[in-house]
Amino acid sequence: MKNLYLIAYLDLKESIRAKWFLVYSLVFGGLIALFFIAGVTESQVMGFSGLSRLLLMYIQITIVILPIFILITTVRSISGDRENHILEYMLSFPISLRDYYWGKIIGRFITVYLPVLFAMLIAIIYGFFKGADIPWNIFFLYTGLLFSLSSTFLGIAFFISSFVKSSEIALGIAFFIWIFLLAFIDIALISLMMQQRFNEELIIFIAMINPMELFRVAAISLFDPELTVMGPVAFYILDSMSQSVFVLLSIAYPLLVGLIFALLGFKIFEKKDLV
Amino acid sequence: MIKVSQLTKKFGSHISLDNVSCTFEKNESIALMGANGAGKTTLIRSILGYYHPNSGEVLVNGLNPVKQRTQVLQNISFVPQLPPPIKLSLEELMQYISISAQVDTQLIMHYADEMKLDIKANIHKSFFKLSGGMKQKMLIAISLAKKSTIIIYDEPTANLDPKARDDFYRLLKQNEDEKVLLFVTHRLEEVKELVNRQIYMDLGKVVSDEKV
Repeated sequence: MKNLYLIAYLDLKESIRAKWFLVYSLVFGGLIALFFIAGVTESQVMGFSGLSRLLLMYIQITIVILPIFILITTVRSISGDRENHILEYMLSFPISLRDYYWGKIIGRFITVYLPVLFAMLIAIIYGFFKGADIPWNIFFLYTGLLFSLSSTFLGIAFFISSFVKSSEIALGIAFFIWIFLLAFIDIALISLMMQQRFNEELIIFIAMINPMELFRVAAISLFDPELTVMGPVAFYILDSMSQSVFVLLSIAYPLLVGLIFALLGFKIFEKKDLV
Repeated sequence: MIKVSQLTKKFGSHISLDNVSCTFEKNESIALMGANGAGKTTLIRSILGYYHPNSGEVLVNGLNPVKQRTQVLQNISFVPQLPPPIKLSLEELMQYISISAQVDTQLIMHYADEMKLDIKANIHKSFFKLSGGMKQKMLIAISLAKKSTIIIYDEPTANLDPKARDDFYRLLKQNEDEKVLLFVTHRLEEVKELVNRQIYMDLGKVVSDEKV
């Protein structure tokens, strides 16, 4: 276990020093600062106001940028080390592949998750001093959702990283996955729905197995437990499960997806030539 | 100590190692030579357990380096041809090595000192920011401090000035007893004084293997 922690610790230290981490932290911290400067907490739209409105805006932007940030910063972790011969040297020491791979994942997870969480904490602390009501239920839901969304894309990134030979290809695949999950599924499914080629239940099922879609729906479910903004889709979702079960699913499912991809990546890493 | 039996390694249709068999025993210092693409690096990477062979096997002290990598690597020191761009500081790199391979950091410092590398002055500097020669000296110091019974050097003196090469050969002479020293080199004259066996490879095969 000491080697696992060692790899995680050193990866964390190395990442924190990297320029991408600075940009990454500034983006999320900057978003919160921008919202306060823009007076988002003082405005009221569709009944949402104060910190709730700020967190809702934050999560809506996060869903777009967090996955691509995680993918592009992580997808080269193993393939990049392989490409520039770092892996060849670092694995000439008696470190098991399991410790190396999972240590890297743990280190990288802390790196990508903490700035997102800290940005929300800053909002809560600032809001507290400004005398705003703290929406703890929303804060905890978003903490869980961001944790599981980070896991999903970290797992996918390590999976890609375990089999690609060059960093450019890894980046290309990562970008494609992001676009596919973010936009294509929506566009494709809406067009299929409009053409009435498949029944709605199947289309909603396909949408809901996309972790990003699930995240989106879960993120609004606390503000709008009946999911009325989603129209008839809510009928299918809330008819099959209660709102609390749906929230639990929206945290557990992306976590599981991330874990499965990370495990697949490890199996490939173990079975493939290392350099 | 190292037994390579009918080892074949292919990359796609290219055969990098073609049914190679050889053994390396303790107190042997071997110069492994051959043209580019002869299979030298593939052979040492197979010994280090980086490659899954297509057929044949490698045993290091009776252990399979792919399946029992941690036990095998406990006894191997390796210095690659080009120092990799590791972003860890020297302090962190030594921490990695000291915890993973139980290497005494004071001993790394000692050998670095012998190689005229001032670690203390560069302790917080990233490894990749050191000059080529300093990186190579650091890797050599680590390889000697690890006290392995098998030491593999892939063109270790490529970045060293003549004085540093002399220091390196002097330290090796002091540390060669009861060990296997395997040099991948294109310049036999540089290691001629150290080696007692020369192996030539070509097109993935051992074409000549002689004691000197």
